[in-house]
Amino acid sequence: MNPLDTVTGTLISGVVLTVILVFVAKAIVGG
Amino acid sequence: MELTFIDRWLHILAGVTWIGLLYYFNFVQAQAMAEAGADEGGPGPAAIGKYVAPRALLWFRWAALVTWLTGAYYLMAWPAYSLGGAFSLGFGAGNLQLTSIGIGAWLGTFMLFNVWVLIWPNQKKILGIVSATDEEKAKARRVAFLASRSNVMMSLPMLFFMQASNHGIPMG
Repeated sequence: MNPLDTVTGTLISGVVLTVILVFVAKAIVGG
Repeated sequence: MELTFIDRWLHILAGVTWIGLLYYFNFVQAQAMAEAGADEGGPGPAAIGKYVAPRALLWFRWAALVTWLTGAYYLMAWPAYSLGGAFSLGFGAGNLQLTSIGIGAWLGTFMLFNVWVLIWPNQKKILGIVSATDEEKAKARRVAFLASRSNVMMSLPMLFFMQASNHGIPMG
């Protein structure tokens, strides 16, 4: 099932993507 | 410099209009259309499709373009930023402001692409603004839906990083 098919799945995906990108940003800034 | 402040203001106003309508489509209209379609004996979804959706899409797609253009201008005009620095994510600069705004700018750019290349052309088929077969309409509905939902997903980190540029991220 595609998580984007539900509002809840979409919002959870957005939060997960945000957390991943925070780590990416920290790696870029600190690296 | 005064123009830059007005540009920033316009960027935020257009951005609120864009993302507000994006949330309206995803949290209100899609559910209302489905419910109205299933409501036998009710007024049906036709009026939403005829009177509301085209007007909402008009504001939505032009607000998206104005948001992106005023954002790009701001990256060029504001002393702390640069267009190239932001879109290269501030690599090698050790600058959280630049990296944050760059991530936000890339997400906003993907979202603008979705609006103008995937959502609007497919919505024209769905709403009957351009002719399409039932099969084409069904495909258009799925593509537009997924592009719209992808934009909701990307809007979360986009808004986080746009404001993180000036207010920081958890660095612990």
